[in-house]
Order: sequence, then C-alpha cells, then structure tokens
Amino acid sequence: MSLRSPLGRVRGLGSAKDGTGHWWAQRLTALALVPLTIWFCISVIAMTGADYAAVVNWIGSPLVAGLLVLLVAATFYHATLGLQVVIEDYVHGEMTKIVLLLAVKALAIVLALSAILSVLTLLFTRA
Amino acid sequence: MISSNRPLSPHLQVYRPQITSMLSILHRLTGVALAFGTLLLTYWLVAAASGPEAFAGAQDVIGSFIGRLLLFGWSFALFYHLCNGIRHLVWDAGYGFEIETAQRSGLIVVGASVLLTLVSWVAGYIMMGGA
Repeated sequence: MSLRSPLGRVRGLGSAKDGTGHWWAQRLTALALVPLTIWFCISVIAMTGADYAAVVNWIGSPLVAGLLVLLVAATFYHATLGLQVVIEDYVHGEMTKIVLLLAVKALAIVLALSAILSVLTLLFTRA
Repeated sequence: MISSNRPLSPHLQVYRPQITSMLSILHRLTGVALAFGTLLLTYWLVAAASGPEAFAGAQDVIGSFIGRLLLFGWSFALFYHLCNGIRHLVWDAGYGFEIETAQRSGLIVVGASVLLTLVSWVAGYIMMGGA
C-alpha cells in the first residue's frame, strides 16, 4: 500500500517519471506517418525509372523537401520508440540493454540528420 | 537474485498460435524490419545529394536482384505495418475489441497489405515500361 495520495502519484508521473509520454508520442508519430507514408509511396512509384535530374528536382522543391523532412523525422522518432520497447521486452541483461538503447538512439540521430541534411542540400542547390 | 527468475513479457512459446497473436508478432517483426529499412531511405537521399555518380550507384544497388528482393520484402512490411497500425489506432480509440471483429479486421489487414504490395509493384513496372 502506498502512502502517497493519488494526486501525488499523478504529479510524479509514475515509477518511470515519464507518465504516458512514450505511448502518446508513438501514437502521434503513427498518426502523422499514415498520410506521409502514403504520399511518399505514391510519389516514389510514380518516379520509377525517372532520371537523376527529375528525382533531384522533385526532392529539392520546397513543399516536397518540407514533407520529406517531416517524414524522416517522424519515421526515425517512431522507429526509435518502437525499437526501445522491443529491446526492453527481450534484452534482460541490464548493461547490454542500456548499451543497445543508447546505440539505437545514436544511430537514429546520425541517420536522420544525414537524411535531413541531404534533403536540405538539394533544396538549396536546386537550379 | 530472485527477480531474475521472474517470467518477463511477452512470453511467446506458451500460447497456442492464433491469428490475432500471430498478426501482433508480425506487427513487431515488420516494425523491426522497417527500422533496418530506414538505412535504404537514408542511402537513397544521401546518394541523391552527393551527385549523379553516387545516385547511379544507388540505383544499380537498389535495382539489382538482391536489391529488388529486399525492396519487395520491405514494401510488404511497410504496407502491413501501415494497415495494422491503423487497426491499432482504432483499438486505441476504443473500438473493435470483440473477438470476431478483431479476427475479421486482421484478415482484412493481411488482404489489404498483399493487395497494396502487388498493385505497387505492377504500377512500378508499368512506369518503367515493362522493363
């Protein structure tokens, strides 16, 4: 039995001090990814066989570049949250778990940054 | 340590396989597969920003037999995870928990993801002029 009041527990956001933040962020990114993914798939299929100039021109147009940055950001955020839960469920060694969680986050940041900077490069160098 | 002997979630082996549990596991598997698929998305964008030679190289890798095979797998994983993700969002909103409904929505998700995968690849090959 806890001596803390329900209000005190709610303010402390539970034992992880995180409340429903993780769960909610995963749903919000999922919701954002539904239209972004459908748009991206249709666009890529429509560009099958297109030459370099056409692809670069498409990525570098302002609206497309903006949507691509959102797609990349939401994708890596969503993937990191998902992999975190998988690792927490199946990796039981405390040290291995922490190393894996940090490695996934670091890798996601590097990849997301590379992808976003590539999109911005094409946005600013478009002829 | 006593706590290390406690069974931890999700304990996969002890349950009889059912469509709902199999699709739940598939959601996780496709999610992990798609996390690796972000490597391809990043590679494609970085190659495009690096210039025509790098992009041509990326197109060759993606267009190779192994590349197409991986892309086919990832496209199914993406459509399955997308459709089943929408099924999950409906559950989060509080609907569709009856066993029959959950089984039917599961079958619809499988059918839709297979159909979307096939339609996408047929459309892609038509765009390339049947090459």
